[in-house]
Amino acid sequence: MSDLIKNIVRFILFIFFQVFILNEVPPLHQFIVPYIYFLFILWLPFNINRFFLLIIAFAFGTTLDYFTGIGGLHAAPCVLIAYLRPFLLNLLIPQDTTENSYIEPSIKSMGWAPYSLYIAILTFMHHFLLVLIEWLQFGNFVYFIGKVAGTTAVSLLLIFITEMLFFRKAKFRTNAA
Amino acid sequence: MKNIFLFIQRNFTFLSFLLLEIACIVLLSNSSKTHQVFFSAASNEITGKFDKQYNNWRYYFSLKETNAQLVAENARLRNLLPSNFQAFDNSKKTMIDSTVRDSLGKIRKYTLFPAKVIGNTVTLQTNYLTLERGSLQGVKKGMAVIGSDGIVGVVVLVSDNNARVMSLLHRNSRVSAMLKKDNIAGSIEWDGTDPNFLLLKNIPKSAKVAKGDSVLTSTYSANFPSHLLVGTINSVVADATSNFYTLKVKTATNFFSIQYVYLVENLRYAEQTAIESTPEKN
Repeated sequence: MSDLIKNIVRFILFIFFQVFILNEVPPLHQFIVPYIYFLFILWLPFNINRFFLLIIAFAFGTTLDYFTGIGGLHAAPCVLIAYLRPFLLNLLIPQDTTENSYIEPSIKSMGWAPYSLYIAILTFMHHFLLVLIEWLQFGNFVYFIGKVAGTTAVSLLLIFITEMLFFRKAKFRTNAA
Repeated sequence: MKNIFLFIQRNFTFLSFLLLEIACIVLLSNSSKTHQVFFSAASNEITGKFDKQYNNWRYYFSLKETNAQLVAENARLRNLLPSNFQAFDNSKKTMIDSTVRDSLGKIRKYTLFPAKVIGNTVTLQTNYLTLERGSLQGVKKGMAVIGSDGIVGVVVLVSDNNARVMSLLHRNSRVSAMLKKDNIAGSIEWDGTDPNFLLLKNIPKSAKVAKGDSVLTSTYSANFPSHLLVGTINSVVADATSNFYTLKVKTATNFFSIQYVYLVENLRYAEQTAIESTPEKN
């Protein structure tokens, strides 16, 4: 399967999974909201053009907004993590080896520690901006701190489970591709 | 001029990032300022189609509960049928007149029609319902939405075949409500914590409130008919620094399993909102 088709399928699956399964989960607590859709942006290939990365993230976030009802609420954090992603990847991986030989970020292509750090930082940034936007509209400071901590923890758990369930074979890039 | 182009070229990614974020913030401020859903009617149709597909499956799992609700409501309404009541033994027969203008000079103010709920969330801070009934079937913006047990929300966006409803579980939702006991009016809001409970604010401390009291829609609302059940008081939060109670109200409607609702059209809605929004002239 080509990378393009694979990512289009992922786009659709992540949106539907978020809207029709995670958003329907009965709420445990105000602070605990399961989010996993932004993993789509974290899984995009290494060598994608930075401008296209931003456009894709904006389109992805806006699509989710169409389903949930408030414009820009999810698009803004998506664009933020898409912007920060290349900087973080440059810091975390050895430039010559990984980026040239693997297609996309995964445990195998980056190693346990750098990959977890990459996921954790971007998840935190995403929720920080998302809850900040909500907090500016309503809520108090305890709500802000609690919800950032709660949602980040739940998201990291979900991402961990996803990585265990869907083991992505880290493909080497061949000369032909 | 050349320098400007060079600057744009060098910072192209950062500038496009800023541009997209600004676009997001503009969308956000528009949608929260006017309490409306941001998208056009066309995109509402598209997401409505997906919602309907999903509801076809989901509906199956709550059939039992929906059935029970509808049966309970039918029983309540059947109890109101005139054939249940026997007149005292005078030989005249009572006729119930159902025309729009009855002989006592009353006119109809509200009409109700049913709609199927095809999309609903309770977990977000801003929750909406999607109904499978739109402007072609007579839905208008601002119509009240009630369930079989209590009130549900207000229509905020209408497309040809679908409508979006701002649920009571929305941080911007405000509905005028009153205590059943002494008709003191306050406002029903939601604080985003628990989908089972709403807050009734601005009830003065002179009012006598007790746990279990009913809260009804008030007579001041332009879209809701009066005396519809909102919920029952669950607990009273007495704030020593204020002259008002904050009451925690258990919702009468079960938002988790809602499948059918009624849309209420106030035939004098336009007239009432027009006169309320006209500035006073001296």
